Amino acid sequence: MKIKKGKIAIFITIVVAILVLAGTTALPVWNKITKGLDLQGGFEVLYEAPKDQKVDRAILLDVANALERRINVLGVSEPEISIEGNNRIRVQLAGVKDPAKARDLLGKQAELTFREPTGKTPVIKGADLKPGSAKLSFDEYNSPVVAIEFKDGKKFEDITKKYIGQPLPIYLDEKELSSPVIQNVISGGKATISGQKTPEEAKELASLLNAGALPIKLQEVQSFAVDASLGHQSMRDTLIAGGLSVLMIFIFVIGFYRLPGLVAVTTLIAYTYLNLVIFAFLKVTLTLPGIAAFILGIGMAVDANIIMSERVREELRVGRTLKSAMKAGSKRSFLTIFDANFTTMLAGAVLFAFGTAGVKGFSVALIVGILCSFVTAVGLSRWLMSLLINSNLVKNPVLFRVKEDEIGEL
Amino acid sequence: MNYKFDFVRYRKPFLLASLIIVLIGIGSLFVQGLNLGVDFVSGTRLDFTVKQNVDVEKAKSVLEKNGFKHPNARAAGDQKQVVVFRTDNILDKPKIDKLKGDLSKEFGVNVTVQEQKVDPIIGRELARNAIIGILIACAFIGIYVAFRFEYRFAMATVVTLLYDAFLIITFFSLFQIEVDLFFIAAILTIIGYSMNDTIVVFDRIRENEEKLQPKTWEQLSGMVNLSIQQTLVRSINTVLTVLFGALSLFLLGGEGIRNFSLALVVGLFAGAYSSIFIASQIWVIWKWRSVKAGKDEPKLSPTTE
Repeated sequence: MKIKKGKIAIFITIVVAILVLAGTTALPVWNKITKGLDLQGGFEVLYEAPKDQKVDRAILLDVANALERRINVLGVSEPEISIEGNNRIRVQLAGVKDPAKARDLLGKQAELTFREPTGKTPVIKGADLKPGSAKLSFDEYNSPVVAIEFKDGKKFEDITKKYIGQPLPIYLDEKELSSPVIQNVISGGKATISGQKTPEEAKELASLLNAGALPIKLQEVQSFAVDASLGHQSMRDTLIAGGLSVLMIFIFVIGFYRLPGLVAVTTLIAYTYLNLVIFAFLKVTLTLPGIAAFILGIGMAVDANIIMSERVREELRVGRTLKSAMKAGSKRSFLTIFDANFTTMLAGAVLFAFGTAGVKGFSVALIVGILCSFVTAVGLSRWLMSLLINSNLVKNPVLFRVKEDEIGEL
Repeated sequence: MNYKFDFVRYRKPFLLASLIIVLIGIGSLFVQGLNLGVDFVSGTRLDFTVKQNVDVEKAKSVLEKNGFKHPNARAAGDQKQVVVFRTDNILDKPKIDKLKGDLSKEFGVNVTVQEQKVDPIIGRELARNAIIGILIACAFIGIYVAFRFEYRFAMATVVTLLYDAFLIITFFSLFQIEVDLFFIAAILTIIGYSMNDTIVVFDRIRENEEKLQPKTWEQLSGMVNLSIQQTLVRSINTVLTVLFGALSLFLLGGEGIRNFSLALVVGLFAGAYSSIFIASQIWVIWKWRSVKAGKDEPKLSPTTE
């Protein structure tokens, strides 16, 4: 039989392409993946809206949006805010440096009110502010103030007319910020709030006012803070453990299965790389349960390779030629692998529908993992094997760890 | 390689052993229950990272000085550098900072802290949702297997999955290992593997059944034995490869997922065991009953001249 150089060239090109691609871009892809707070440290808090107020999905969405605008004040990239059940909101801030400040900023009701001189009844509210109008400014003594602007200038003008010569206390929630005395009737709806100690404080208040008040009261029911160093350590530990186990799997698979083992290792590298790319592309947050699902996926990918190799070895032992053993083996093992993968995927989908938080993260990673495993360990693996065998370069069953004396008569 | 072990012949002792394990599990759950982690019990858990081989007694005395009588504290981490402290009280931020400061002073190093504060309702809800999810997933898997294979395979698969999940719960209850939210992830992973294993063995049984058409008990049990033998090398190799992953995670993977990896290691063996000694045996017993019942039915056949 003539050796077909074209097929060998395709085989080598694919393998080299996978290795080069994974080798050069895996690290940037890995860095692009958002790591959960259990892997990089951070702060998570679960809020519940007490039952004594009207809560529906629209209100919760408003709250989630207001919370997100507040988090932007903190400068945390990609916060995760999810609505759970019908009265809870989970906020996950991975990589936040100061959990105490985050909690303080998130939990504030942040309703700004201007009240009548006794400080009891609000006359105009933060909701009447022009969106985005609050900003840091400085008064004539160079003290930091917050400049604000009302939507309805006339309304504010009427209020200042009514209470002229009296104080108009400004409250943030139940805390009095300042109590300026109205000197003149203010038209045009512009005013400033003094009483901030530092420019930073004034800036933060301005951001809070722009973010808007939370439409309902929230109660903190659960919180979880991971120290950044602990988070990094568990990620490093997990990566080392993962690297070591992958190395052992490679040695074992090549040692036991020889040529198909070598192909399996190539497809496992492709599996890992593809998985990372999809995680980065879909902006899936990688958490410890997600890594667990990833390992399950490696297991399934190795298993798919093992099932096929075992099948091919069986066919070789009954005396088939390499080509027909490969054909029969991959055909017979396909349905087995498909059923095993499909049922696991079914379980993943159900868990996604019913799970919350960690369980959901697990199921997303599981579904991604199984799809990747199917593409690489079934598709790619077969393609590479058939290229090798059809090139006529590989003829010896020993490469499949089948000894001559094991081969029976067909 | 051919392993000529007669798996079907010893089905009764193996099923009995599995039944005994289930009974032990039920007993253990009744007597000592589960060691529920902070996710399921109201309170606070603080992980103080101090330094290598931390002196827990010294840490305990610091905690006692802060008003915690007989503090529940233990050393953890791969270098015993973490003091894990659990209390039923909800601690606020100033109190935690005070403890952190006192410990830093006592040990002369900069102590870092990780805190978890939990309303048990949330954890319980998560567990409840996970259990509902598992049961529904089992139902779907049962339907799929019944459709692709037949109902006997479906029932045997579902029973095996539930057995494996229960076996891990038994293990954790028996040795009072702390159950946290990762534990649920571990059970889910194990169910995934166990299913994978069972489907692979069943697929071979189905294939051989079509090929060999067993009529007698000897043929049927021989066919099941053959199927198990044919898939055994694959089962062992797959368990071995995943075991590499689970074991290195257990040894090196850090405190957070140690219990998870332990559950994974136990579950891996359980999954491989149950697909051979439970799933296949339930199927062969049931199948034989159906075959016998079919034979016993009176038949009206045309007389042949």
